[in-house]
Amino acid sequence: MFKEIWDYRQMIISLVRKDLRGRYKGSVLGFLWTFLNPLFQILVYSFVFAVILPTGMDKYYLFLTVALIPWIFFQASITGGSTSVLSQKDLVKKIYFPREVLPISYVTSCFVNMLLCFIVVFAVVIISGTKILLLGILYLPVIMIIEYILALGIAMITSALTVYFRDVEHILSIISMIWMYLTPVVYPKERYDNLPPKIKFVMTHINPMTPVINAYRTILYESKLPDMSTLLEALGLGVFFLVAGFFVFGKLKKHFAEEL
Amino acid sequence: MAENSIVIKDLTKKFKVYFDKGQSFKERILFRGRNRHEDRVVLDGISLTVKKGEAVGLIGHNGCGKSTLLKLMTRILYPDKGTIDVKGRVSSLIELGAGFHPDMSGRENIYTNASIFGLSKKEIDRRLDDIIAFSELEEFIDNPVRTYSSGMYMRLAFSVAINVNADVLLIDEILAVGDTNFQAKCFSKLQEIKAKGTTIVIVSHSLEQIEAFCDRTVWINDGKIVADGLPRDIHPEYLDYMGQLRNDQLKKEKAREEDSAKEESGEEETEEKEEDKKRFGNGDAKITNVKILDKDGEEKTVFHVGSKITIRVTFKVKKKIEDAVFGVGIFRNDGVYCYGTNTRIDRLPKFDIEKDGVLEIEMPVVDLLPGKYLVDLAIQSGNWVPVDYYKEACSFETYSKREDCGIVRINQTWHLPEDIRKE
Repeated sequence: MFKEIWDYRQMIISLVRKDLRGRYKGSVLGFLWTFLNPLFQILVYSFVFAVILPTGMDKYYLFLTVALIPWIFFQASITGGSTSVLSQKDLVKKIYFPREVLPISYVTSCFVNMLLCFIVVFAVVIISGTKILLLGILYLPVIMIIEYILALGIAMITSALTVYFRDVEHILSIISMIWMYLTPVVYPKERYDNLPPKIKFVMTHINPMTPVINAYRTILYESKLPDMSTLLEALGLGVFFLVAGFFVFGKLKKHFAEEL
Repeated sequence: MAENSIVIKDLTKKFKVYFDKGQSFKERILFRGRNRHEDRVVLDGISLTVKKGEAVGLIGHNGCGKSTLLKLMTRILYPDKGTIDVKGRVSSLIELGAGFHPDMSGRENIYTNASIFGLSKKEIDRRLDDIIAFSELEEFIDNPVRTYSSGMYMRLAFSVAINVNADVLLIDEILAVGDTNFQAKCFSKLQEIKAKGTTIVIVSHSLEQIEAFCDRTVWINDGKIVADGLPRDIHPEYLDYMGQLRNDQLKKEKAREEDSAKEESGEEETEEKEEDKKRFGNGDAKITNVKILDKDGEEKTVFHVGSKITIRVTFKVKKKIEDAVFGVGIFRNDGVYCYGTNTRIDRLPKFDIEKDGVLEIEMPVVDLLPGKYLVDLAIQSGNWVPVDYYKEACSFETYSKREDCGIVRINQTWHLPEDIRKE
């Protein structure tokens, strides 16, 4: 199966290109929206959590930016990714190709979008005057790939389920909002220390996004190398979700053409 | 022995037909009763092996499952039971132009479309010139596809699909693409592909196309294979069956029409107007019923070339017609006038008709070659005044296993020179 997906790599490239090009087509500012949307989110959250409800973090805008951009990628992948099969109904019903191509393309195009947004991240890091740790930057691609694997795994599950139950799409927009506040994106992970140990364990070790976000923050905010245990934990959870994603998708894809 | 290209074993496919299906959790949970569905068996235990390089035609009436079988071969659908194994790259001419983006140029769309068939960039680069040349769109290839006419669009799509160099090519109702020139080109391209050893499976209602192209016909009926063999052996049987089916259907339709005519006499007028185009005459007498019978007096519409055909005409008379003449004309469905005669040409003694009656035209040997024929019937009075001229009053089809061609079979004998005859 993986060889077949590899054979269809050109299709993935075509779909990603089409998606990126089509995303802001017809809008005046065009591709600028890729940057403007997260930029405004950063401004709003910074205003709330640095001015109105101060978290007491030094350089909160930086603290937020390095976590929010990766989070936006993850959120877009699982919510938008859920309709990736449904929206290509005509293709699925009429032509054969490995169905995995559709969520892979969607998540990949979100991933490319995140890479572009890292221009903003680096700009913020430089403006803040934070020391850039060269070795830490080398760790960035590793953590990005781990996040990609995790997002893909979950998007495969949600995209396959959405074909059978159209509600999944709406349920996911609620879940992703809750999920964001249960992940240390807008607040530091130290806040979990006040929680009962059981809940803290769930928040830090079961929620697969916690180690991912922590790793980004360690590298770019604290200018430190992420510890291996965090990386391994993130990788383990990512691989688990990817395997589960392929398994669920593989089971459900057989009846796509009939259900759509 | 050539290797197998498609192996199907005991394949069963069912579709769930929901009466009223809920699309959301809420509907599914709240109205569980509505989830009732029927399993409709579309394919029922089909086994079929296609050798590499073979061209197979799938025939059968609408809804028999042949298109479903094709979709299973492309792996769009998965079987419920049994296995289906297709070796190599599959290209299908089922959905042309899948994934075309109107704002992108023809060239970009070639890349997108070909990538959906699983080609890599290198492979597409190599074929690009062939694809463009075949589509004859050199001048327009860098224009956005939305500026194309529908013919150009289809030409581009077909060019991509056919240049994929698949091991197995699946075709559903081919060659309605472009003008006649382009169709001829497609056809010869298909022949070329076949000669290269590509396995081809065609679903078509056009028996001529299948006969011209395929080595083998598989006839599917109600999800089962009824017959499998040489096209010219199977097609006559199929035509016979379809003729029978059509006869039954016509009978039903007629019964229904009569019913509704009884109920709503108002509708009769419009029906008559419709009929007017096909009929003219002063109406002193009217043909009320036409039946085509075979040698046993059974109603039939499909005949083997050389069969006996009897046309039975029932007519009603309003006013006496002096020196009446009955006429018959047979046209092929492309308009070629094949045969015509009347009671005067055939030198029947003069007669008048005063009463309703039944006339039979018995034709012991009808040697019209395979095709569809329309029969005109007419009643005239002495001075060629049309009383009831009924165009296309009935039709029949003929079939044959022999491949002689033209309009009519002339039963010839060949006398070769004596020295050859001896050998």
